[in-house]
Amino acid sequence: MKRPPKDVLASARMISRRALVMGGVQLGVIGALGWRLQSMQVEQADQFRLLAEENRINIRLLPPSRGLIFDRNGFAVAANEQNYRVVMVREDAGDVGEVLAKLTEIVDIDPSDLSRAMEEMQRRSPFVPVTIADRLSWEDVAQINLNTPALPGIQAEVGLSRVYPWGADLAHVVGYVGPVSDFDLSRIDDPDPLLQIPKFQIGKTGAENKLEQDLRGSAGTRRIEVNAAGRIMRELDRQEGEPGKDIQLTLDSRLQSYVQARLDGESAGAVVIDLENGDLRAIASAPAFDPNLFVRGISVADWTALNEDKYRPLAAKAVQGTYPPGSTFKMVTVMAAMEAGVVTPDETVYCPGFTDVFNIRFHCWKRGGHGNINLHESLKQSCDCYYYEIAQRVGIDKMAEMARKLGLGVRHDLPLSAVAQGLAPDKEWKARVRGEEWRVGDTVNASIGQGYVLASPLQLAVMTARIATGREVTPRLIRLIDGVEQPSGLGDSLGINENTLRRIRASMDDVCNHRRGTAYGSRITDDAHKMAGKTGTSQVRRITPEERAAGVTKNEDLPWERRDHALFVGYAPYDNPRYAVSVVVEHGGGGSRAAAPIARDIILQAQYGGPPPLEAYPTSVRDKIAEQQARIEARVPPGAKGRSRV
Amino acid sequence: MSYLEYNTKYVPTGFRKVLHLNWPIILLLIAVASAGFLMLYSVAGGSMTPWVEPQMERFALGMILMIIVAMVPIWFWRNMAFVAYGGAMLLLLGVEFFGEVRMGAQRWIDIGFMRLQPSELMKITLVMFLAAYYDWLPNKKTSHPLWVILPVIFILAPTMLVLNQPDLGTALLLLIGGASVMFLAGVHWAYFATVVSGGVGAIVAVFQSRGTPWQLLQDYQYRRIDTFLDPANDPLGAGYHITQAKIALGSGGWTGRGFMQGTQSRLNFLPEKHTDFIFTTLAEEFGFIGASTLLVLYLLIVLFCIISAIGNRDRFASLLTLGIAMTFFLFFAVNMAMVTGLAPVVGVPLPLVSYGGSAMLVLLVAFGLVQSAHIHRPRQC
Repeated sequence: MKRPPKDVLASARMISRRALVMGGVQLGVIGALGWRLQSMQVEQADQFRLLAEENRINIRLLPPSRGLIFDRNGFAVAANEQNYRVVMVREDAGDVGEVLAKLTEIVDIDPSDLSRAMEEMQRRSPFVPVTIADRLSWEDVAQINLNTPALPGIQAEVGLSRVYPWGADLAHVVGYVGPVSDFDLSRIDDPDPLLQIPKFQIGKTGAENKLEQDLRGSAGTRRIEVNAAGRIMRELDRQEGEPGKDIQLTLDSRLQSYVQARLDGESAGAVVIDLENGDLRAIASAPAFDPNLFVRGISVADWTALNEDKYRPLAAKAVQGTYPPGSTFKMVTVMAAMEAGVVTPDETVYCPGFTDVFNIRFHCWKRGGHGNINLHESLKQSCDCYYYEIAQRVGIDKMAEMARKLGLGVRHDLPLSAVAQGLAPDKEWKARVRGEEWRVGDTVNASIGQGYVLASPLQLAVMTARIATGREVTPRLIRLIDGVEQPSGLGDSLGINENTLRRIRASMDDVCNHRRGTAYGSRITDDAHKMAGKTGTSQVRRITPEERAAGVTKNEDLPWERRDHALFVGYAPYDNPRYAVSVVVEHGGGGSRAAAPIARDIILQAQYGGPPPLEAYPTSVRDKIAEQQARIEARVPPGAKGRSRV
Repeated sequence: MSYLEYNTKYVPTGFRKVLHLNWPIILLLIAVASAGFLMLYSVAGGSMTPWVEPQMERFALGMILMIIVAMVPIWFWRNMAFVAYGGAMLLLLGVEFFGEVRMGAQRWIDIGFMRLQPSELMKITLVMFLAAYYDWLPNKKTSHPLWVILPVIFILAPTMLVLNQPDLGTALLLLIGGASVMFLAGVHWAYFATVVSGGVGAIVAVFQSRGTPWQLLQDYQYRRIDTFLDPANDPLGAGYHITQAKIALGSGGWTGRGFMQGTQSRLNFLPEKHTDFIFTTLAEEFGFIGASTLLVLYLLIVLFCIISAIGNRDRFASLLTLGIAMTFFLFFAVNMAMVTGLAPVVGVPLPLVSYGGSAMLVLLVAFGLVQSAHIHRPRQC
């Protein structure tokens, strides 16, 4: 088709015009793109750069190694053990099933672990190491390393896990660690990023818990570059953390272990205090449990067994348990009375076997009565009526004041779980808590450590220590933190009349060493190590008049949980005290029969620093003691094997 | 004018044609392609494989094809326009029935030595065919409704086929590219105004139809639209690509993070970093200076095409040149708008830079046509 030249020109002009319009539009679009680039790359560059860095850089925490806990002799009581585990990297393994089959030929692996690992591997990226088995023995690891070529993708790794070499012997004191839980996080206000690490181990009970801040250390950090899939490309920098501080306790693990063994079979608590500096040499509660079970994750069966045991193995009875102190409280009553000047040592009180206070009859343990009895004899023979009388004279408030001075009814500041405050009741307390008026009968009950009075074995040991020294001995559990000596527990003078103390000590001496003393059967015959003390038997039930008329039922005939608590407090050597001891045997029966022999064995062990010679015991009991020593020695405490000095 | 009316006496012949090539465009093409090689080298982690070498080979092949096409007189290509369009339509129908499904879309046809994307071919042949159509159509009839309906059908037929694959990006390119040729040929403004208002109505319809049994787009396309509207809504899912692309782009700053130093691309945060999103790597590593330089290179290519077209009295040649320039412009503008978050992610490569065979070959052949139009333009004595 032929176009006229006019048409050609018109067409060319039209196209040119429209081309310019199109070019203009294109220029506009390019301008918009340029503006967009400018605003993103110039104006918002910093913001996007930050986002890119956030994409690229991950901060990983390096958990510090937990501080160790030692006893006073340098035995580790909480240590970190190398723990071998085997991990698998899927992408290096090739055929996962085949490699795992080979691995199970070499080491025993729980099939449930295996299926869990398989599942986790499918879920995660192929380069993420997945733990196949944990807590392998060194032999297993050696086997795996030997077979490396046949096991592509399998690696053995070393980690640290907490171990308690002394097992159950220090369980209540040292406590245990466990993985941090949501409950822990909700309860503690601690911004430490370490707690965000899944399964990070923190102290759950005992010293592990209370000294957490010292033991934990601080996290190191590792900045790593990761790609979009999360694979680590390289480490950018690394800042090492601070390992936890080592702690030395005042406990003597061997003594502690002996005490645990001696209490075996009973539900009991015992405390030994060094009078030179308030060091707690032993804090034993029986029965105990193995803290290592908790570190690994306790099985349901074990947990149920521990919880349902009527002897309550999980309770640290020595510091948490509170008991009516019974006759061991009589020292408080008599010291309050003497200090108040309401009684003189030589004054006698008549004991007919009972005292009537406003028509209520309070009985002495000896039905026939002690007749005329003075301070010395009353303590030695544990006459109750004497205390009924002098307590009414001195009044409860002075008794409570003396009790607190001696460390009862006050919470001793120890890094242990749930340290009990106990109770030294007074009028103000009863009005405040019970909303009732204090009655004379309450004072009479309190005078022999019954009624409202409650004390823990720890408090009784502190009381004994203070009577033995006349000073404000404060219990000390921590000797060194990171090599720094903690303040001594040997306090200032209590300000109690020396004469009062001397009288009390003389009576306590006779309790053990006089033929008519209540603990004469548990005397120590070795002159240099003789013990002084006081027995106690506290009722956990009221004896009805009908029962009394029918003759008091013997403890042995009662069900266990209704029997009396047996108590004993003592110190040795009687003339130059070095150790104070308290023993409470729950529902053990009489203090002289059930608690005093235990206290004697413990304090001898403490004084000799090991098994005492049989000569320290009265000849009549030597055979029995020899047998008992052999039995306890056969039980080798596990922690004594690997010894490591601080 | 038919070719008989060309003043062939002044048109260069033989090897002298080489001297009359539009050399600025060739140099600009080489510059842009080189930027592409550089970026492909970078995203491969500093390696010629797997992308740079094949890309270079294809570019060389494409340049040779371009010269060959340029040497052939433009009137030959005009006469071939109908055949080319028909062939491309047949191929499009071919992929509809025998195509290879890849990444959820049916776009490829295997022709032995390479996989061909007929939709790429169609971008050029459509422009070519429409240019030939308006070359044939007398001026007076340009805006006559009957003669407007006809090219609309020529445009819509391949567009619908491509949309059906589904390939929204190419469909849009075909539609806008074809419409541009109609606009350039002088079709009356009123038509475009009508179509644009109709288009707005259609967009409303598309959104209204969502979730009903007759919804007009695929779910993935709706999701991409959502993502476009607010990528932050779903930073780890659908919005991940565009969010990461914007981070890469923005973090480049003025001068960029340095060649092969872009963390977003090196650490694989960027999606499709060797194809559709290659511009973000360039922007990350060479910054605003690098990105805007590339933009200017593209702009210059389009400008030289417009200049060449305006100086060309042959209706077919100038419409063809402008149509190709428009298609080329649409390529890079849509791609850049996409990676800068101005447009939805529709899957349009960055011309000559993104890794990909048929797109580059077709584009270079198209520039061969531009060159042919330039060499064989009628010259006044």
